[in-house]
Amino acid sequence: MTQATKPLAIRLRNCAKTFADGTRALQPLDLDIGAGETVVFLGPSGCGKTTTLRIIAGLERPDAGGSVLFDGEDVTALPIEARHVGMVFQSYALFPNMSVAENIGYGLRIRRLTRSEIAARVGEMLAMMRIEALADRRVDQLSGGQRQRVALARALAVRPRALLLDEPLTALDAKLRDSLRLEIDGLLRRLGITAVYVTHDQAEAMALGDRIVVMDHGRVAQVGRPREIYQRPATRFVADFIGTMNRLSGRIEQGRFVTAAGALAWPEAPADAREALFRPEDVAIDDGANPPLRGTVAAAFFLGDRTRLFVDVGGERPLVIETEARRDFARGQAIGLRVDSRGLMAL
Amino acid sequence: MRRESFRLFSLLLPAGIFFLAFFLLPLTRLFFIGGSGAEGFAAYAAIVTDRNYFASLVSTLGLAMATTVATLIVSGLSGVFLQRRKFPGNGLLVAMLTLPLAFPGVVIGFMVIMLAGRQGLIGDVTQFLTGEKLVFAYSMAGLFMGYVYFSIPRTILTVMAAAEKLDPKLEEAARSLGAPTWRVVLDVIIPGLKPAFISAGAICFATAVGAFGTAFTLATRINVLPMVIYTEFTLQANMAMAAALSFVLGAVTWVVLALARTAAGSSVAAAG
Ligand SMILES: Nc1ncnc2c1ncn2[C@@H]1O[C@H](COP(=O)(O)OP(=O)(O)OP(=O)(O)O)[C@@H](O)[C@H]1O
Ligand SMILES: [Mg+2]
Repeated sequence: MTQATKPLAIRLRNCAKTFADGTRALQPLDLDIGAGETVVFLGPSGCGKTTTLRIIAGLERPDAGGSVLFDGEDVTALPIEARHVGMVFQSYALFPNMSVAENIGYGLRIRRLTRSEIAARVGEMLAMMRIEALADRRVDQLSGGQRQRVALARALAVRPRALLLDEPLTALDAKLRDSLRLEIDGLLRRLGITAVYVTHDQAEAMALGDRIVVMDHGRVAQVGRPREIYQRPATRFVADFIGTMNRLSGRIEQGRFVTAAGALAWPEAPADAREALFRPEDVAIDDGANPPLRGTVAAAFFLGDRTRLFVDVGGERPLVIETEARRDFARGQAIGLRVDSRGLMAL
Repeated sequence: MRRESFRLFSLLLPAGIFFLAFFLLPLTRLFFIGGSGAEGFAAYAAIVTDRNYFASLVSTLGLAMATTVATLIVSGLSGVFLQRRKFPGNGLLVAMLTLPLAFPGVVIGFMVIMLAGRQGLIGDVTQFLTGEKLVFAYSMAGLFMGYVYFSIPRTILTVMAAAEKLDPKLEEAARSLGAPTWRVVLDVIIPGLKPAFISAGAICFATAVGAFGTAFTLATRINVLPMVIYTEFTLQANMAMAAALSFVLGAVTWVVLALARTAAGSSVAAAG
């Protein structure tokens, strides 16, 4: 299927949200979502992801002063039924009194397409989601994964200007989540549709997002491509929320970062660095005579394809290190470490 | 297997005895009393052959049907509204709406007279406005008003409980697909409330068919079956006819409710 309408560019200007009970769910927020882009809202529970999505959808109005622009046109006052956006919910929200085919055709019936047009489009959607065999099933006879496929088909059948998904995979088990995620990814790329995807699962965000918007307490903490967010987190919150981050405290002395466990080469260090942050994959075991860092193994977890080590280096928290699976480590064993200086960050 | 069914049987026994003693036996007896009169079991045919009886059966069912429809519309609208919009005084209003729950039919009849009777409020107002006194308490219209008033509290609580369970995401999904409000009501809210409408409607219908106190208070000119049965029983002392009419009244109501249930059930299955 090709997208009939051209993809939509979405702009949020100064969108804040205060609920009737006084809850400030969203601080004033500006965001540009490019035509055809997939943007993922990522953040802990209650940070305002759903609220932002609902403002884009037209299910919530931003506080006075905020506006939502679709291709430059102000749609702030437009209710959702006039915005022409598709929605997919965590709870599927399929109509229980309709069959699968009737669910998918619902938006088309609202638009008064002819019977044959509806049948054709519904058939196309069933094929696209590979659920042809389920057309006449009742909704309560479907598995979670099948339900979400129907929900996607229903949202896409009307060829919306944008697709808004609120944690569509959260209710599914891990295996299914992975396969459906791949499928959604393929679908979004193929259709070239503008998509806004809400999740609190960082793996999902990394895999799907052209850009990720990390949110915290109703504020945007960082916007960027997945790689940027992971490798150059803008704040401590982002650094801790995405992936695992090691911290070592120390001081810069003669171009080296000196800590209790040893000194690290860090050419790009800011002069006032008090703490070095780095990812587990940037640490390696150094069996040489003079490793830059020395520590003792606090715990070792065999994960099958690798081993996760917790190494005590005299800091508040042990360092987390990923290493090859074959080697065995004993608790209390002394080991040497080195850190790739390109992976060092100060925040 | 044997022992299993025996166990089941003994577990069901107390309920079975109860059912037999308080339901089947009196009903059977009623049925035979109905056939014990001068005409024998032909008394049962009288409900269709006797024009008077037949007319009162039709008007009873018609009145019950109209009451049910009006009650469901009023309680559907206000039940959903009261559930959705919380405003100051919301709780008080709900409590007031459910007040008539405790009133016997006689009191309801009395209230209808106070409202639409010869000295009633509506009469006074219409007299003042048009010079003509509008009095309808002592007719079918008065009875209808009383029954609706009587039935609303019974249905509104059921509707509110069901409205609370409606998934707001379904409405949002429908709207995202372009559905205007009236389509959301038609395609999401009404189907979602349907089980509540059926159970509340059934009770409403059965109550309206069998209610007596209100009709008795409003009196005389109203030709509904419970009144006819009362007349046959007390004034004419025609036990057999009263029994036959009662039996038919019960049976017809039962059939109507069963039909409504299957119609609703099959439409759910067909749509689902
Ligand atoms: N209708 C409402 N009335 C009052 N407060 C609300 C309402 N909806 C959301 N909130 C509050 O606004 C804040 C943001 O909510 P939101 O649903 O956007 O979070 P979220 O990021 O989607 O979280 P989650 O991952 O748990 O879904 C929360 O503190 C929430 O309690
Ligand atoms: Mg949410």
